[in-house]
Amino acid sequence: MPAVKVKRASSSVDMTAMCDVAFLLLTFFILTAQFRSQDAAAIETPSSISGIKVPDNDIMTIGLGRDGKVYFGIDNAQNRIAMLDNMAAAKGLSFSNNEKKEFSLMSNFGLPINQLKSFLNLPKEQQAKVKQPGIPTDSTGAAPTNELKEWVYNARKANNNLRIALKGDNLAKFPEFKNVLATLQAQNINKFNLITGTEAPPAGWKAD
Amino acid sequence: MSEINTGGGGGKHDGGKVRSKKASTRVDMTPMVDLGFLLITFFILATTLSKPSSMTLNVPDKTKTEETEPIKASNVMTIFLGKDNKAHYIFGKAANEEPEVKTVGYGYEFRQALQENARKVGGEKFVVVIKPTKESTYKNMVDVLDEMAITKLKRYALVDVLTPDEKKLLKEKVKLDA
Repeated sequence: MPAVKVKRASSSVDMTAMCDVAFLLLTFFILTAQFRSQDAAAIETPSSISGIKVPDNDIMTIGLGRDGKVYFGIDNAQNRIAMLDNMAAAKGLSFSNNEKKEFSLMSNFGLPINQLKSFLNLPKEQQAKVKQPGIPTDSTGAAPTNELKEWVYNARKANNNLRIALKGDNLAKFPEFKNVLATLQAQNINKFNLITGTEAPPAGWKAD
Repeated sequence: MSEINTGGGGGKHDGGKVRSKKASTRVDMTPMVDLGFLLITFFILATTLSKPSSMTLNVPDKTKTEETEPIKASNVMTIFLGKDNKAHYIFGKAANEEPEVKTVGYGYEFRQALQENARKVGGEKFVVVIKPTKESTYKNMVDVLDEMAITKLKRYALVDVLTPDEKKLLKEKVKLDA
């Protein structure tokens, strides 16, 4: 005869709620991850043990692609418009408000200035397809065909506190890097930051 | 007398006839939750680590030429960055005194060589001259500058002009156009 029927509590927990929370958190983190704006070209930087982080604002990025093409960009959208205005005034060109707005959204670009206007008028999908030829530079840093020096000058005119960061690709050859250096040295800029990936220092190494 | 309660997921006793076994409709969510948490952890960690770091590079002002005392060749190690990620170096003698040209890849050997030569000269007098050639890549240059930081050598210079003696030395190893 059964005495007391022991009521066994269900030992399986309903996991649905936990699963929901997990996916909510996942979605949150995916969405809040900063979207990197379209770079003109993919640049894979070498890594270094330097622990200094790249500052987030007031930064001018000069990119050097694998094929030697030079790309240029600054961070603030307002400053981009100001820089474009300065450049246009110096070259005697003019840009419509729409083109300026397009320009302010580009994080970096690599076009000679005479191609810039037509590029800005292309729709977004076509812009992504264009292979940008890079900004002209030269080995002395001061030739009239050197447009990089004008962009650097006008960017600093728009924002005096800009720091210069060079982002070079692993396989970029040294002569092109030298051209960029010469352009900057011609403007008396002698301190740069080279953007590199993070690498752990060798075991037992301590910073000074 | 007593009823056997088979509970959920069991089969129906059909009076000894065909027993249709109904599949259990409850899914165990545990592995899905595990995967979810793994993905979250991955994304949390991945977004913070992807911040690039920066390496400072100072070059001397081209307009000002400082008069510095000439450096003895016995204290200088000159590193030429060649192609295919190889570096050639000479130590202790100037290029016109027929020094021995050694070739290393980047990495541990290179660091050993640097530290050995630094020890031979000792302390503040050791100077490294880095000369990239046309064949070397940006990565080579960054790697060498990184080695300077790792081995804590403070006196180094990045020069891209090769003297005629040096060109002769490197002729077979590196393709130097005019």
